[in-house]
Order: sequence, then C-alpha cells, then structure tokens
Amino acid sequence: MKPQSVLIELQPKFERNAPAALANTQLRRNMGKATQTIRAKRAAVVDEMPDWEQLRTAGRQIKEHTLYHLDTYLLQLEAAVQRAGGHVHWAADAAAANAIVTGLVQAHGAREVIKVKSLTTDEIKLNAALAEAGISAIETDLAELIIQLAGEHSSHILVPAIHKNRAEIRELFMRTLGIAEISDEPTALAAAARSYLRAKFLSVPVAISGGNFAVAATGAICVVESEGNGRMCLTLPEVLISVVGIEKLVPTWQDLEVFLQLLPRSSTGERMNPYTSIWTGVTPGDGPQAFHLVLLDNGRTNVLADEIGRQTLHCIRCSACLNICPVYERTGGHAYGSVYPGPIGAILTPQLVGVEHARSLPYASSLCGACYDVCPVQINIPEVLIHMRGEVVRQHQDTGGLAAALEPEALAMQLLSQVFGSQATYEMAQRLAQLGQGPLVRDGTISWLPGLLGGWTAMRDLSAVPQQTFRQWWRERDA
Amino acid sequence: MREDRDIMLKRIRTALHGPPGAPAQVAPSIARAYQVSTPTPAAVLLHQFVERVAEYKAEVQTIAENALPTAIAAALAARKALRLAVPADLPNDWLPPAVTALRDQGQLTYQDLDGCDGVLTGCALGIAQTGTIILDHGPRQGRRALSLLPDYHLCVVWQSQIVGIVPEAIAQLATATTRPLTFISGPSATSDIELNRVEGVHGPRTLHVLVVTA
Repeated sequence: MKPQSVLIELQPKFERNAPAALANTQLRRNMGKATQTIRAKRAAVVDEMPDWEQLRTAGRQIKEHTLYHLDTYLLQLEAAVQRAGGHVHWAADAAAANAIVTGLVQAHGAREVIKVKSLTTDEIKLNAALAEAGISAIETDLAELIIQLAGEHSSHILVPAIHKNRAEIRELFMRTLGIAEISDEPTALAAAARSYLRAKFLSVPVAISGGNFAVAATGAICVVESEGNGRMCLTLPEVLISVVGIEKLVPTWQDLEVFLQLLPRSSTGERMNPYTSIWTGVTPGDGPQAFHLVLLDNGRTNVLADEIGRQTLHCIRCSACLNICPVYERTGGHAYGSVYPGPIGAILTPQLVGVEHARSLPYASSLCGACYDVCPVQINIPEVLIHMRGEVVRQHQDTGGLAAALEPEALAMQLLSQVFGSQATYEMAQRLAQLGQGPLVRDGTISWLPGLLGGWTAMRDLSAVPQQTFRQWWRERDA
Repeated sequence: MREDRDIMLKRIRTALHGPPGAPAQVAPSIARAYQVSTPTPAAVLLHQFVERVAEYKAEVQTIAENALPTAIAAALAARKALRLAVPADLPNDWLPPAVTALRDQGQLTYQDLDGCDGVLTGCALGIAQTGTIILDHGPRQGRRALSLLPDYHLCVVWQSQIVGIVPEAIAQLATATTRPLTFISGPSATSDIELNRVEGVHGPRTLHVLVVTA
C-alpha cells in the first residue's frame, strides 16, 4: 500500500492544470515578482561564501552516508531521545502517524493544538485527522494561517501563500478575523496575526511541529524559522509532539555546521534565519515537560530502494529549486497537485505515491538543470526526472496490455530500436531518408511532416538529413 | 507503534542491501573541505558582527565595559521600559534603579512575562559572519520563555564571545549539546507576504544588542 496522502488531487494532471494557471494573470504577476525577489537575495548571500561548493558537497555526502546507515542511525536517535527523557514512536504510514498524534493529544485532554509550519504534517493530512477526532489545529506560521483561513492549499514549500498578494490577504483577514479596518501594509497584517495568535500561544497545552534536522548521536532536534511562532510552540506548551521524516537525520552534532549554513542562504536568502531552536528530550524547568518524537516512513523507504531516486531523500526543503524553475515560476505550485510542488515535488511525489498515481509530474520540467545548480545538497533533479519518465513508460507498458504495445509511439520506438540495433539497417534507413525527404525539404529544413509526425514540426523546424552522411564521407575520404 | 518499528527497519534494510546475497555497496565517505575556522583578527570580527546584526534591523552599539550600566540605563529609558524580566543570576549593577526587575527563578507565569516591557540577558556566543547571537540558556540568560515573550530584548554580548563562522560556534557548543539552544539573528521577521521582509512578528519585535569591547 503506497501513501496517497501527499497528493492534493488524485492523479494530478499537470498538463491540464498548467494552462489554467498560465491564464491567471494576477497569479503570474504575484509569482513572477516573488520568485525574482528571492532569487536575487539567494544569489547575493551564496556568492559571498568562499566555500559554498565545498559545503554543498559535504551536505550531499553527509546525506548519502546517513541514508546508507539509516537503520543504525535511527536506532541511535531513538536511544538518545529516550535517554534525554523523550518518547519515540514509529509510524510506517500516514494513518499510523495520525493515530499516534491524535491519541497523544487526547491523552492530554486537549481540544486545541498549536502547530509550527510542517510539510510533513501537511503530507499526512494531520489537521484533517485531528478534526475528525474533534481537535482543532491552529496553524501559527503567517502563510500557513493565511492558507488555513482561506481554505486553500499551499503553493510553495517555504511560503505557502506566495500566490496571494497583500490586497488579497487584507481582504481575507477582514473577512475571517473579524477585523473592521486594516491597511494592506505587510507590517500591519503581521501585527494582526500577532495579536490573534498571542492568546493561543499562552493557553494551548499541546504543540505539534516537524523538524529540520535530528542528530542521531545526541538526540537533538532542530527547527529553523523566522517569525518566533516556532519558538512559542516549542517552548510554552506542556506537551510537544514532533513528526519527523526518517530522512531528516544527520549522524553527528558537527553535521549541523554544514546544514545551518546551506539552508538559510538557499531558502530565504539570508545569512541566517531569525530563529533556530535546538532541543534534546526534556529540560527540567525549561519548555515542554513531555516530548514525543514520531518517526515517519510514509513511502520514504520506497524512495530509498531506488538507487537513482534515493538522492531525492537528501532534500532539506529549502525551495531554491522552486524559485529558480522557469516552469514553476509561470504555473505556481497548485498545478502540481501535490503537497510538494516544483522540481523537487516532480521527483518526490511520484516516488512517494508510485508513478502510476502521478504520471504527468516527471514531465513538468524543461530539463534545463537550473534546479541542480542551486540545490544545496546537489540533488541531480534532471537525472531523476529522466529516470522517472522511464519508469512512467515502463509502468504503462507493463500494465497497459496489448493496447499499450500497439500504440504508435510504442511501435515507432520498437522500430527505431531495430534500426539503431545494427549498422546495416541504420545505413539503409539513412539512404531511405535521403531519398524520401526530397519533397519536404525547403532551404535545408523540413517545416511540415505528415500524419502523427506532424506533432513534432507543428512547433519547430527539423534539419534535413544531409546528402552525405559522416559514414559515407569517412569511407570515401581515402578512396 | 512497535510493529511499525520492525516494519520500517526491515524495509530500510531491504531497500539498502537488496535481497540476501546481493553485492555489498561501498559506504559513502564525508570529506569536510569547507572552512571550519577563520584566521580573521578579533577587531575585524567585532566590526563584522556589529555590521551584520545591524543589517537585520536590530539596534546595536559598541561600548567599553565600564560604560555598560550607563548604556543599559539609556537603552531602557529610550524604550520607556520600566518593568523588566531578568534571569535570576543577572548582576545587580547592570540594573538601573528606575527599573522594576522581575527576577525569574522559574516562578514567573507566561502572563507575567507577557506583561513585561522588555527582557535583559547576556548570551553564550556570537557569530560574526552571520550576525547571530546564541543563547544556551546558561548563565545570565534564563529559560527560553524569558527571552521570548517580552516585545523588547536587550542583549549583552562580550567581544570575547564572538567567533568568526558557524562551524566555530557549533564546535564550542559541542560539549553541552543537551542544553536547549536558541540562535537569534535579528528581531522576529516574516517574508510571507510577497516575500517582502517585515521585522517583528511573534518573537521580540525589537532586538537591541550591546557589544562590550575588550
């Protein structure tokens, strides 16, 4: 059973969603402005680092090393957290994680929980599971709060409400928070969120967070944030529950020195994010006196089993690949139909849910490679995209039966594989093409092809096959 | 859940090593070719620290040690901060007579802290390259809630506490990794609206740093 929870729509069809997004000019303006801003900021703080490439390499190697020993490090982490007074739970899928968290909240008699922004809990649809049990989850990150109040889905890993501008947010706050009049200045909007949430921070007894990093050797959990809502949730309640994907481990304390440099510069384009909290189990007299760590699989071991796809688990959720992607910049995040949009989402989502449930996502890319260049842990996203495209085709052939085998594309590919399979058939095909293309060539190019092949020339010209091939020239060279 | 633990560990081992008898892979190694320390002189680090803290829109001043009480009094007076939360072990001579100091022995409620005009603490470390202050909630820092709930945080940093780069700070913290840690880089902020940075959300909206020179 593969986890479907990460999908926002079943079988997302990027090619169907994208045109609607592209036709929304307000969305394109909001997205273009936001991604250009953040790209410039990132570039400036990355360029000032003399050892950026060495840090990226170390980041990748630490993640490779961790995954290779993942079972060992998970057991180390479990022991360290327990030693420090915390409890550790294991959840093989979303349903198990949601049941654990719901049970813990109920055991403490809470009807409300405050939440730190967490993609992992979005992925398992925790808020919906809590609501079913009569528990309301209050999102405390400004953008998450905006999304929650609007009843929408996130469109960006870091800035979930990136698709909304200040005027839209002002209108939303006036409608949902009972504020009579407020300006659309971001300062005023942030102040409104501060006063709305302060009472919750001071009174709600249970908080739920994710985690950016978990140190196996010491049991330390690290949350990186900006607004202070994270510090509030991690410090004030009596009970803290952190849901952490098994790929968030790093082996040693020292490894934090790499990721605490890579993440903020790649993510918000800052030298350091405003607040980073690190805690280990329970500290008497300071912060929550009950700490529960929930270790989540939910498809991650499927990803781990694929030797090419495995590198997807290096991701530290910085969102630099979204901000640089020419496709994401134009369509926004909703077109991907997944909790994880953009280039990383296009490779992570199909692996988590199975390619048969997200066939179009590996094609939501021009393979330009900009995402690989900016990735702070050197995930070769184009390589995985191509690998996933191969999986899509293979899966279609395996399950499509005779109809799939007789599709023109499948037949053409079979024919091509025969043609390329031997020198004699290849050269014969070249001679046939030199003769057959005659009526189609104008000034050395072909602008129109008949039938199914017309799909190619509808958008682009094709160079004609030259009258002398390289092989012919080579043979005649010494003759 | 107990059975989920076994399931996950088994899945991981199968995913990594394949079926029994599959050829062993080479364990990836880690080369740390990045900078782990900086030879930068202390005076340059001080200048860089002050410059970068200020870039986060925090207030920052450099003062001599004997001017510390005066600087604290001036900062609190300018802020009109009369009710101040302080850690239990804060030196008496840091506190101006005009101020009511609530010394936190752990007895102050969140409402008490929320009702303060500000908080005064020391710190554990500063990082020059990133303009970061690190609290390990040890001497002169108090528990985490203390420096979180008041809207104004006045923080005293000694020049000798400033290191150059992130790896130097992580190395110094390595002996006490089970303490809670808070890294602070400027006042609380958000970029959630049109990716415009706005200073001041839930954490202290004003951060004021006094750097005491050697």
